[in-house]
Amino acid sequence: MKNVSRFVSVLAFGGALLLGACNKKPLPVPPPPTPPPPSPTASLTANPNSVQKGESTTLTWETTNATEVQIDGVGPVKTTGSQQVTPADSTTYRLTAKGSGGSQEATARVTVTAGAAPPVPVDTGASLTEEQLFNHSVKDIYFDYDKYDVSPAQQSSVTATAQFLAAHPGIKFSVEGHCDERGSTEFNLALGDNRANAVKSALVQAGIPGDRIRTISYGKEKPFCSDHTEDCWQQNRRGHFVYQK
Amino acid sequence: MIGKSEMKIASRFAALALVLVSMSAIAQQDWIRTGTGLGVDKVRLAAADFKPSSADPRNAALLKAFNDTLENDLENAGIFDMVSKSFHPLNVPSMQGQVNFTEWSAPPPNASMLAFGNLNTAADSMTVQGWLDDVKNPQSAQVLAKQYQDKPTSDAARMIAHKFADEIIFRLGGGIQGIAESQIVFISSRSGHKEVWMMDYDGANQHAISKLGSISLSPRISPDSSRIAFSSVTSAGGWQIDMYSLELGRAVSFPRFGGTNVSPAWAPDGGRLAFSSSQSGDPEIYVSDSSGRNLKRVTTSKGPDVSPSWNPKTGSQIAFVSGRSGLPQVFTMESDGTNPQRMTDQGYAVSPAWSPNGQFLAFSWMRKYGPGAPGAQDIYIMDIVSKQWVQLTHDGGRNDFPSWSPDGRHLVFQSTRSGSEQLWTMLADGSNPHQLTTSGGNTQANWSWK
Repeated sequence: MKNVSRFVSVLAFGGALLLGACNKKPLPVPPPPTPPPPSPTASLTANPNSVQKGESTTLTWETTNATEVQIDGVGPVKTTGSQQVTPADSTTYRLTAKGSGGSQEATARVTVTAGAAPPVPVDTGASLTEEQLFNHSVKDIYFDYDKYDVSPAQQSSVTATAQFLAAHPGIKFSVEGHCDERGSTEFNLALGDNRANAVKSALVQAGIPGDRIRTISYGKEKPFCSDHTEDCWQQNRRGHFVYQK
Repeated sequence: MIGKSEMKIASRFAALALVLVSMSAIAQQDWIRTGTGLGVDKVRLAAADFKPSSADPRNAALLKAFNDTLENDLENAGIFDMVSKSFHPLNVPSMQGQVNFTEWSAPPPNASMLAFGNLNTAADSMTVQGWLDDVKNPQSAQVLAKQYQDKPTSDAARMIAHKFADEIIFRLGGGIQGIAESQIVFISSRSGHKEVWMMDYDGANQHAISKLGSISLSPRISPDSSRIAFSSVTSAGGWQIDMYSLELGRAVSFPRFGGTNVSPAWAPDGGRLAFSSSQSGDPEIYVSDSSGRNLKRVTTSKGPDVSPSWNPKTGSQIAFVSGRSGLPQVFTMESDGTNPQRMTDQGYAVSPAWSPNGQFLAFSWMRKYGPGAPGAQDIYIMDIVSKQWVQLTHDGGRNDFPSWSPDGRHLVFQSTRSGSEQLWTMLADGSNPHQLTTSGGNTQANWSWK
């Protein structure tokens, strides 16, 4: 009986539609036969969540109602604890807590920046083209979900990129704004435009002339990664630098 | 007459309220169906297969196209209880005067109305005669008699069937205009690139319009069906509004602007366009002439403003999507930008489409967006005055980009419920879903205005 869909017929004429709101009002509900086992809860944090290459960070997690806890890339772990990790690249750590009441996931992202890499020496530049130097030195800027402000965690990438661009004043380039696959095509085009312009503004503030920078939005039309996972979505939420010949 | 129907509506509202209260204890999957003509007895209609009236060998194929299209149009209209062809009597009339009324009006067909007729091909011409009879009123049975002539092609046979179906729907549907001759523009990736495509409302006759080889998006057909506005991208010029003339069969010029220019929308007078442009550095809604001149910015909030849709009834309001408060929400405003009103209060709400009668917005909503929420993306309609909403899709997948049929009784939308992005139609109460496309990915449908 409970699964029977209730169809309510509403009489209407001449193409008018009648609307009913679905406000649920509290009514006495018969007590359920047996309460189901409580679902697990999980939290996972990384401190710090942004490190320079080669540095380590500490993952700390807490779970309840879980019998089996695992972190991708780390392996099975205790239900509560902490551990040091040294990711080679930006990584999203995913914790899965399983119990008799189901399973729960939690993620924490650690951004690895190129860090205090020495500015590219001009004398070795002879063997590399300017485009190769650009592609080697300029790092894309990543964004949080539905956000278009350059987060403090990304500021070191902006600074490093601005230093490189200041040292190579002849380079012109574009910033492509990209979004993850969720949400509407049109809204993501506008959001990607805001992202590209946010990266441009950050570089202009760091002293790069705006006339060297073109912006374009690709919304969710040209994803870098096509899996339906947070890790992949994070890869797709970016301001991507493209060298202009 | 009007007073009586108002009373009926009022009493149904009371019944609805009662059911809402009693439903609260029931499983959460339950939902409420509201909509057009629910609870009204549908006219029981038999559409007899039209018969050949000559021995021309071309008749068989033309009749197949005609009969399939007519049956499908009448079924799609949503106002008929169609008599299954297996219940039709053996003796099917092909002309007025041949109808055995009791054979059709008695069970098992139990029809109230009967459509029938014949098709004849001669040389370079095809003639179709069609009738509609009230079989429960043999004394003056004839409701409709029509004759059509065209070239003997299956496209022409389908078009005649659409016209005849629209006549029947107009007579039996209380004067509503049929939609069988309407068309749908959309984006398809089947060629390897996202291009503008067009098809008949029933999914027949799918053909490419643009052949740009880049990415084309958001096609919107003009109120007089003469032009299609859309947006496309080039790496040098970014996103620009494109204008395609269906009369000339080619693109016509439209001014280029800086920034990202997307999501054009026609005003109902056909003389103005609204679209999103980031020429100021931030995506805002602009209104221009249909030629792109007299550009005027109408929004000023920081953050994405996109996806305008005019009130087709008044031409003086615009619904749009804004990220000014965080996750995108549906807003309305006057077409000069004054009086912005936020319509949705939570979640992720996009892709508004204003109904032809001006009363409703259809849109796509992840209503309970956030960590731990189910995150389904469904089509909703909202009554603009009361802001009450009804969920129309419940069948899984991501559902987006609703667009109203000219009669306001159907919606076309995109859904991933079949495993890939395809276009579907449904009645505006969410019933009768019907898949239109299967080849490639198909999105962003826009129904013609007539």
